[in-house]
Amino acid sequence: MSLKQVAVPILALVLFGLFWEWLVWVNGWPNYKMASPSDLWPAFWKFRWLFLEYAWDTLWRTVVGLLLAVIVGVLIGMVMGFSRTMRDALYPLLVGFNAIPKATVVPIIALMFVGQHDFNTILIAFLISFFPIAVSVSIGLSTLEPEYRDILASLGASKVAIFWKIALPKTLPEFFGALKVAVTLAFIGTNLMEIVEPHGRGLGHLFDSGKISADYPLMFAVLIALAIMGILLYYVVVALEKIFAGWAERSPN
Amino acid sequence: MMSENLIEIKGVRHAYQTGDGPLPVLDGLELAVPEGGFCAVVGPSGCGKSTLTRLVAGLMKPDHGEVWLHGQKVTGPKSTVGMAFQNPVLLEWRTILQNVMLPLEIVPNKMSKREQEERARHLLALVGLEGFEEKRPSELSGGMRQRASLCRAIVHKPEVLILDEPFGALDAFTREDLWQTMHKVKAEEPFTGVLITHDLRESIFLADQVIVLSGRPARTQYVMDVHLTGERDLEHLYTPESAEALNILRHQIKVAQGRAEEGEAA
Repeated sequence: MSLKQVAVPILALVLFGLFWEWLVWVNGWPNYKMASPSDLWPAFWKFRWLFLEYAWDTLWRTVVGLLLAVIVGVLIGMVMGFSRTMRDALYPLLVGFNAIPKATVVPIIALMFVGQHDFNTILIAFLISFFPIAVSVSIGLSTLEPEYRDILASLGASKVAIFWKIALPKTLPEFFGALKVAVTLAFIGTNLMEIVEPHGRGLGHLFDSGKISADYPLMFAVLIALAIMGILLYYVVVALEKIFAGWAERSPN
Repeated sequence: MMSENLIEIKGVRHAYQTGDGPLPVLDGLELAVPEGGFCAVVGPSGCGKSTLTRLVAGLMKPDHGEVWLHGQKVTGPKSTVGMAFQNPVLLEWRTILQNVMLPLEIVPNKMSKREQEERARHLLALVGLEGFEEKRPSELSGGMRQRASLCRAIVHKPEVLILDEPFGALDAFTREDLWQTMHKVKAEEPFTGVLITHDLRESIFLADQVIVLSGRPARTQYVMDVHLTGERDLEHLYTPESAEALNILRHQIKVAQGRAEEGEAA
């Protein structure tokens, strides 16, 4: 990574912060209307240990939810990718489920499993994020050109060997494309539940506390913390993609 | 001298099930290729030539009739078959060398990893791809990819090589280059071959037997033995005997398309 690649995004961030600070100052907004970047650091420092603790809660719940989404999404994708009948059967069901706004599911889940904070949060993170994975894997598998299968099938290779050696690696670029969408969705799911659930934990809960106590700088500080975590998670996925599906990237020439 | 036929197709009939009932593609297909022979199959497009390759490869079973390889009836895929298609289907996440070695991961063999790699490197050198072993398929031209695909098709020393229009998507000069490469490969790595092609010049340049299939449903309409003497080079395509053979084949294709009568002079 060159200096330029690091410097450009950082410069953009600094400029954005300055613009934000200027906007609040020029309009004379009080911080219960719009907090400025200079208010955020004190708010963060005051609750620094709570931030760390809750960030960890949010992080592990999101990651576990996402892992579940990967496992279940890949399995559903495989079933739909290999069987035409299963695809016809499951597709409308999945689409319908995905169309339901998850904000409406959150209170239902919260009531179904009252007090099970970890479980509820992971469940929502999973529910919101498995769909793109399932769809991308099923499309990747069902659009595999027959010749790809034939080069191994004509040698008497088993279905399992064809899946591991050809179908799976060939689907990886689509899978990672979906995972980038899913990681952000899972993060949204986690926070939705954390905000809604009373007596919960996690950054979403901290946000809710800020709202209840009218601590606007705290609410904004949570938003910034969430943005940073979201960026980190996203780039973890990008790094994994580089390792496992880097071959799909054409060198620019 | 009678030599045993390595590939034999006897009275094969096959139909695909479609929404509008069965669609017959093959009806009365006969084909016999002796060991070491090279048979080209030509015919109008959509006449079931690719179905023929899938039958020989054991990837599907005919409704009627039998396919025999080396005195055994074909009931499923066999590792003694190698295949190459019009689309080279190289795996983009593997290097060229790893692509060529792929069949050795499936076919049981006694070669050590090192011997496998040596064999793959040897074949790549034979087709003129020395120095490209560590490249990715996306870094190669279409002709080079097809050469690599050919290496992969023969790396496990198959008895039967099935080529389904392998040079169909290449430009004329690259194609002629690859024809000569085919002769070089066949001299060093003997195999019995079936070549599906649309190119009549290709069929007489590469094969020693050309089979013309009729329009759908396809039956064996005409069999021609090719006797181009001596070492084949491209000049052979411009001799009077080649011109005559091409004329006959062209006429047979017209008959297959229903544009000429069987008895009509070419």
